[in-house]
Amino acid sequence: MKRRRGEVALATLFLAPSAVILGTFVVYPLGRAVWLGRQRCDAQAIRCRTTGWRQYLDVASSGEFTHSLWVTLKFVLLTVPLGVALGLGLAVLADRHLRGMAVFRTVFSSTIATSVAVASLMWLFLLQPSRGALANVDWINRWFPVVKTPGLLNDPGTALSAVALSSVWANLGFTFIVVTAGLQSIPRELVESSVIDGAGPWRRFVHVTVPLLAPTLVFVSIVLVSRAFQTYGEIDLLTSGGPQPQASTTTLTYLIYGRSSIARNDAGLQSSVAVLLFLVLLVVSLVQLRGLERRIHRGS
Amino acid sequence: MAVERRDDPLYAGRYRLARAAGRYALLIGLAAVVLLPIYATLVAALKPGNQVLNRPFIPGPITLDVFRDAWTQGRMGRYLVNSTVVAVIVTAAQLVTSVLSAYAFTFLRFPLRNVLFVAFLATLLVPLESTLVVNRRTVDSLGWLNSYQGLAVPFLATAFGTFLLRQVFRQIPRELREAAEMDGLGHLGFLRHVALPLVRPSLGALGLLAFLGTWNQYLWPNLITTQEDMNTVQTGLRLLNSSVPDIERFNVPIAGTIIAALPIVGVLIAFQRQLVRGLTAGAVKG
Repeated sequence: MKRRRGEVALATLFLAPSAVILGTFVVYPLGRAVWLGRQRCDAQAIRCRTTGWRQYLDVASSGEFTHSLWVTLKFVLLTVPLGVALGLGLAVLADRHLRGMAVFRTVFSSTIATSVAVASLMWLFLLQPSRGALANVDWINRWFPVVKTPGLLNDPGTALSAVALSSVWANLGFTFIVVTAGLQSIPRELVESSVIDGAGPWRRFVHVTVPLLAPTLVFVSIVLVSRAFQTYGEIDLLTSGGPQPQASTTTLTYLIYGRSSIARNDAGLQSSVAVLLFLVLLVVSLVQLRGLERRIHRGS
Repeated sequence: MAVERRDDPLYAGRYRLARAAGRYALLIGLAAVVLLPIYATLVAALKPGNQVLNRPFIPGPITLDVFRDAWTQGRMGRYLVNSTVVAVIVTAAQLVTSVLSAYAFTFLRFPLRNVLFVAFLATLLVPLESTLVVNRRTVDSLGWLNSYQGLAVPFLATAFGTFLLRQVFRQIPRELREAAEMDGLGHLGFLRHVALPLVRPSLGALGLLAFLGTWNQYLWPNLITTQEDMNTVQTGLRLLNSSVPDIERFNVPIAGTIIAALPIVGVLIAFQRQLVRGLTAGAVKG
């Protein structure tokens, strides 16, 4: 009995630091945001007046929110499939015991060393219309005039894709490393036996490599989807949510925090969008978990 | 037919050679594309500002002046110190808080243990972006804007670390704990002499992820930093990029990106194994 009480005391002691931090900076702010989301406030949320729960519906059906949600979904579709395909393709290509493969692996992993700010500024330098590298190459100007006027980041039709390109590049290192690790955990005998069975490289890829790699690919996709939903730095540095007035790259996170965003000076509106973002991501997570479960059940 | 011809050793050798050559050509092409932004950045950072846009992909006269400007006027040195301090504090703290909570959830019996653990895990479903509006107010009311506390304290604990280490702790056989108890080894001793040595590889992976994650933070430092000298590397780069007027010096932020990336390149080379372990931690069937 005495020891039992000692264990409870020790557990309290051990859990307290984590519980205090998570409680103060994850649970409380979420609850508080749910409450604030019913109000209209100033930027500091010092003076607020309550609109009521209806405000969530108003925000969710507003043009700004639905537009940003759509931009975010487009961004997910632009970045995730391409990112996974590139990571998988490069990892399979470099997964050979040939001379020099270590060099290629280092190159394909290298973008993991770039933070959002580093990667975005590198791409900003490449893509800017007047002071950018690509816009100052003659043949690119001749064949792709949009690179200089108005510039890929300034044309409403290309801005989101240009940001997506930078993001895919920045995430490539992560995807490549994880898929390569997955490939190396595939038992050699399985691959060899399929070779003996007369499977060519393509059939081997489709029928042996991809199914065995499925858990890894699902994991990579989940991470990339959640990163894409939370993209902020790339937008802030490359386009500031523009070009305006179309707000072609104003994603949900940019709608909450962006310097030029309309919600920026109203902590109530910011909170509504923040809570709605949480709900959207919750639905996405549940769908992914369902898919993952079905996959595992089918696999076993 | 093709199979028969492939059986011919001479043909097979040439066939394999041709395929290897094709693979190399493809890999070299792809590597060039992946390296292009880094290459262009290096070329631009090593040229005097007014020559950068003159054939941007061809190296020109080499100067280190731009790097010097980024270091002195751009104060990249100061930002590197800030980022390092915050990242080291967060990494150390996350290791400690994760070990303690994971140990409690694995080896200690107390009421509501499972409920509490699920509550811990549930915090992983809350995106950072949904909490920062309120966290900014909290940090402001604590007087922590423009401070290391403000940058670090919200991230001193993570449910991911708790979950990861608990997975490893669970692999320790129950009999081992019981035997230790018989021998009079208390929880603190068991933690120190048995549990900790066992999770050391995972601690390396977790620590590296915590360091990188903190170093790469962008939105949070942007929200709570208004004083120039409290910028981290990431917000400092943003500042540098928004404050360069003339064409003569417009490649200073470009050099800044190189300065910002170099320490991480060093860290990654030193901790390669921990990196793969950390990144794939979630991919293992859990």
